[in-house]
Formats: sequence, structure tokens, C-alpha cells
Amino acid sequence: MSRVVLVNIARFFLLLMLQVMVLNRISFYGFLNPYVYILFILLLPFETPGWLLLTLSFVSGLSVDLFAGTMGLHAAAAVFTGFVKPGVVKLVGEKPDYDITTQPTLKEMGFKWFLAYAATMTFLHHFVLNFVDVFSFREFWQTIFRIILSSVFTLLFMLLIEYIFTSRKENR
Amino acid sequence: MRNLLAFIIRYHFLLLFLLFESLAMVLLVNSTYYQRSILQTAGNSMTGRFYSSVSNISEYLKLRRTNELLANENAMLRQMKGISFLKTDTNTFWVKDTLYKQQYRYIVCRVINNTVGKRNNYIMLNKGSRHGISKDMAVITSNGVVGTVVNVSEDFSWVMSVLNKQTKISGRIIKNNQMGTVVWNGMDHTIGTLTDIPAHVKIAKGDTITTSGFSYIFPANIMLGTIQDFRVEQGEHFYVIPFKFSVDFNSLDYVYVVKNLLKDQQEQLEKSTEVKGNE
Repeated sequence: MSRVVLVNIARFFLLLMLQVMVLNRISFYGFLNPYVYILFILLLPFETPGWLLLTLSFVSGLSVDLFAGTMGLHAAAAVFTGFVKPGVVKLVGEKPDYDITTQPTLKEMGFKWFLAYAATMTFLHHFVLNFVDVFSFREFWQTIFRIILSSVFTLLFMLLIEYIFTSRKENR
Repeated sequence: MRNLLAFIIRYHFLLLFLLFESLAMVLLVNSTYYQRSILQTAGNSMTGRFYSSVSNISEYLKLRRTNELLANENAMLRQMKGISFLKTDTNTFWVKDTLYKQQYRYIVCRVINNTVGKRNNYIMLNKGSRHGISKDMAVITSNGVVGTVVNVSEDFSWVMSVLNKQTKISGRIIKNNQMGTVVWNGMDHTIGTLTDIPAHVKIAKGDTITTSGFSYIFPANIMLGTIQDFRVEQGEHFYVIPFKFSVDFNSLDYVYVVKNLLKDQQEQLEKSTEVKGNE
């Protein structure tokens, strides 16, 4: 139990640092803004109670906000991501054999499941984030374009991170 | 009471979600419309320190010392240029009267955080209220306009880049003196848009756009860019003019914050006139 907590705390800080120090400082062609910090919310254990899930989502969003200078923007998107998480798990997770100690990682749930899960969550997060940022539907298609491109990049980064960690565990 | 408690427990997930969402929205709205709340200022000085240390490392490659000296020297020279002075030739001359009165001061700052990829971009500078920077000052480089200061903490200031949805800068085409408004459509960080130029005016590719000097923030004749293309949308009476920014927003390093020493006077005059007009 305590090991799971420690792993999640470490993950929170590592992803925050990656987001703030590296990913926030690069941008490709003005459209691609990968937001990998939501991987923290994605990888929270299934049995995390609802209030804790929302609080942790809010805290992670707010910490990114503090560094990006966009007060409340990431917090709003992250809380939304936390809110839809149980629903998305139910939607994607038709796997009957996951028990209470399983975590929604690539290693434990398999590539197909994780891809569907992460893609849905990432898209929903980016959708809320970009539309809250633009705050109008006047540039609708441009915003959609931005959302899709950024989602693809975020997803690639997530899979990369997941593969790095998975292979390391197997080598031991 | 018991029913209420039961209701709260039953729907606590949804209620908590709504609570957090509204909290986030309050933060967002405050920071957008009141130009960042007090909380943000506190956050600025904390994260600002962090960014300065990160930027100190990355600056190693940029030969810090040399640049700083050059930029300081430039600020001094700019201060002495004729453009910084307001002509005050009146009919009576006093012994101590001078032909020129200083209107603009330049404070050299380093960019410690900057984005170009978002719809609303902001820049953080390494100087703040302690160095004489305050809200609504212009930020420029030797190449042209960068943005406007929207908030300051003691040691840092927060600049709304031209690459922002809320940008509205009064611009002018040098060749024919036509006034328009500069906005950014969020697509490309090298391209801005000049609007409000009437469709009957003759313009050409390559024409230079500068600031008009009609705002109290920007001095006149600061470069904005060169016209790349122009068109009139069907049924409209005004041009849409995409132009290339003279500033490369992706490689900002040293910038000048421009302080308009006569701003209060100008604003007061405008205000008192308005009041009289209303009576």
C-alpha cells in the first residue's frame, strides 16, 4: 500500500518537472503543446476514492498553472480529466479480470486497452484545455486542429514513458 | 438535515467536481480580466525565482556579460535619441527651458520565460516594481514591439506578448499614414494581422507597419512588421492584412521596458475633458 503511494508521489513530481522544465519550453510550429503531466491522473490506482482523485487532479493542474502562469486553466482541465476517469475506465475497461490491486498501466492492462484509455482521456483533457483557453467557438476548426495534433504528441510521449518504465521493471 | 447530508454523501463526487471546477473558473476569470490576482503575483515571485535559475543555466551559451553590457549601452543611447523627447517649443522661452523634454525611459530586462505556441502567450521578465516597472508599460526590442506589461511583483514582471488574443495595438502604414489595429489570429508566431484599413487605400506587399504613437503606452514609429499579403473579405469594407513580425518571438532575450513619463499627464487631460463633455 505505502509503496503505491510513494510511487505515485514520485511520479507526480517527476512528471511536473518534465512538464515545466522541458515540455513547456518547446513548441513545434506553434501548434504542438504536449501536456504529459496528466499521465499522473491516468495512472492513479483504480481504487482511489473519488474525492481524493479530484483533489489530486486539481493539485496537479494547479501546480502546472503556477509555472505556466495560466491561473486556473490547467486546474479546470485536470479536474475534468479526473472527473471523467471512472467513466472512461468503465467505457474502455471491459476486461473482467482486473482486481482491486491492479493499476491502469500499460504493463498490467496491455497495449490495446491502455492506448484506448489514454487516447480518450488525453483528447478530453486537451479539448477542455484548449476551448477554455480560447474561450469562444469562433476559431472552432483551428482549435480542433490544435487539439488533435497536441493529443497525438502527448500520447506519443506517454507511450514512450510507459515503455521506458515497463522495460526497466522486466529487466530486474 | 439528514436528507441533505445523505444527498451530499450520495453525490459527493459530482458536487466536489463542480466545486473544484468553479474554483478553477474563478481563478481563471480573475487572472484574465483583472490582469492576474494577488495570488498570481505571489506565485510569480516564487516561480520567477525558479525560472531565473533555469534561465541562468541556459544563458551560459549566450555570453551573458557581453550581452548585458551591450544592452545597457543601447538603452542609454536610445534614451538620448530624439525620438525619446517631446518637443516643447512655446512662444515664451525661459532661461532654464529646454527645447526637448524627456518622454520615454528605457529599462533593460532579460526574458526568463516565454511561449509562442499557445493562443494566449505571456513573457516573464527578470525585473519588477523595484526597478521602476509598473502595469501598462510597453515592451520592445531593437527590432520592434514585443508586448505590454500586465502585472508586476517586486522582482519580476509579467508581459502580455503580442501573440495574444487580447492584443490590440494601434498601427500605421508608414507609406500613406493609414491607421489600423494589429491583432494576432493564433496561427503562426511570425505572422500578425493588421485590420481596420479601409479597402480604398492603396497598399503594396513589403510596406512597413509601425506603431502609431496614439496610445499612451507605445512610442511612435516602433517597428511592427512588413506587409506580406492583403485581401478584402467579401462584403467587407476593410482589408485583412497579414504581415511578418519584425521581432522573432521565439528567440527573445534582452528587451526594453518603455516608461512613458508623461502618461499620467496625458490620461488626466483626457479624463478631465471627458468629464466636462458629460456635464
